[in-house]
Amino acid sequence: MAVIPVERKPLTFAERTYIPQIVGGLRTTLKHFFRKPLTLEYPEQRPALPAGYRGVPTLVKDPNGREKCVSCQLCEFVCPPKAIRITPGEIPADAPTAHVEKAPKAFDIDMLRCIYCGLCQEVCPEEAIWLQNQFSMSGYTRAEMVNNKEKLYELGGTLPDAHFKWDKKKAAEEHGNAH
Amino acid sequence: MFDFYFEIPLWIRLVVQGLAVMLVMFPIAAACSMAERKIAAWIQDRPGPNRTIAPILAWIPGIGVLQRLGLFQLAADGGKFVFKEDAVPGHVNKLYFIAAPIIAMIPALTTVVAVPFGAYIDSAGKLVPLVLANVDLGILVVFAVSSLGVYAVILAGWSSNSKFPFLGGIRASAQLISYELSMTLSVLPVFLWTNGPLATDAPGSFTGSLSLARVVEFQSQPGFLGGAWFIFLMPLSAFIFLVALFAETNRQPFDTVESEADLVNSFGSEYGAFKWSLFYVAEYSHMLVGSAIFMILFFGGWNPLPWYTLSDLAHHLHFAQLPVVMGVVGIGIFIGKVLAMIFFFMWVRWTLPRFRYDQVMAIGWRKLLPLAIANLVAYAIGMALLYR
Repeated sequence: MAVIPVERKPLTFAERTYIPQIVGGLRTTLKHFFRKPLTLEYPEQRPALPAGYRGVPTLVKDPNGREKCVSCQLCEFVCPPKAIRITPGEIPADAPTAHVEKAPKAFDIDMLRCIYCGLCQEVCPEEAIWLQNQFSMSGYTRAEMVNNKEKLYELGGTLPDAHFKWDKKKAAEEHGNAH
Repeated sequence: MFDFYFEIPLWIRLVVQGLAVMLVMFPIAAACSMAERKIAAWIQDRPGPNRTIAPILAWIPGIGVLQRLGLFQLAADGGKFVFKEDAVPGHVNKLYFIAAPIIAMIPALTTVVAVPFGAYIDSAGKLVPLVLANVDLGILVVFAVSSLGVYAVILAGWSSNSKFPFLGGIRASAQLISYELSMTLSVLPVFLWTNGPLATDAPGSFTGSLSLARVVEFQSQPGFLGGAWFIFLMPLSAFIFLVALFAETNRQPFDTVESEADLVNSFGSEYGAFKWSLFYVAEYSHMLVGSAIFMILFFGGWNPLPWYTLSDLAHHLHFAQLPVVMGVVGIGIFIGKVLAMIFFFMWVRWTLPRFRYDQVMAIGWRKLLPLAIANLVAYAIGMALLYR
């Protein structure tokens, strides 16, 4: 390896008095003094979240207000830290959405276990579970940190995605051409 | 209008005046600690402390401005220092340990006695400086008393009976003694000038005075040379004085005394609560008095602009006949200048890293002291030639 001798220049008299450097430094700090602070004052100001942000997992409804989850339990099986507990339930036969057959009776996500990996969202065949933008979960007890079904729907809201898979399936069956 | 005031016995007047000065100075010294934090924050592109507010005051409209300025944070911090447990460690020498912060406060608040902070024109048309004690000793009182502050540091360091405070105390005493020489030598040209042959021609002159009010009067004379602030006449003196002032007040870049990285909290390591805060109020008081002296010696004291004196301002704005207004305007200008100087202290603090201790000593003894001596000799010869 070639050695390149670099000549170290002796300091000039002005440099040895420190003064030009000090004046330069003072100019730099004064420039920052008049600059607007960069601090994000958190509870009042929120950071802009990027698209696809993985926050707290939530359950969503479709535009007709039907809960999209059919309690297939795939998310429960895929969840690496086992944060999800689903108790599957039947939809009563007289309900307008009886053709969907199943819905969760209980759906709990333990946010003390959740690692926000997003596998539940990825695995869901019904697009019912979404990791949305909420990122600050807090509570005073362990029980408070378990999101039950009501809480999950409250956090999730409605997915404005109008393809109504189950309704189309029912309509096709009625026309005699299932699938 | 204020005749009744002058009929009160002198000692009561002096006590009242002294208390008034202290009531201005003590809060400013305390508020400097918040100013320090806010300026640090602004220089680092942060907003600084801005959340604290007393809940009972939160309803007042517009109080958010004070909240953003951290005023209530200052009150909370101050209150904390008063109310928290003031523990005295078991291994210290109790008498001197408790005496040290008191001894720190005494010279810090005493030096202000000889510092003039304004002026008014009395009924006889004579300019009277506002000062607690307009003694001929002037600058000598300030130097003599303020250097007593080093005893507080030594006592605190020694009585703490532990390693780092002791090292800090030793460092502080060595540093203060080293820079005192340059500081004193750097102001001598100013006093050679004010007591030189020119002095006998000055209006209302009396020869042989170290009074600080006289230095300001000297910068308030008519004419190009008379009205020039001493920064223009003696820039090198001003520079040496400024550097020595930074070292004397233990400010960055000379705050080796408090270098947290190698000395914990230096002589304050074993202190807590109110006693600890007294050291810092004393330090800021030293800064205030030091800045005031610097402004008087080199920046024309209470004169608003070079070649434009407070009397000129009073005549132009027609308040020369109102001593109270003129006094208040003069004090306002002077305090404004001192606060600008305090800002400069803080600005430098957040710009420069601290010198290593051997560099501090080398700068003090091998650069600044010869420079101060050369400066003094040059001005002495120059003045001798000028007035031969």
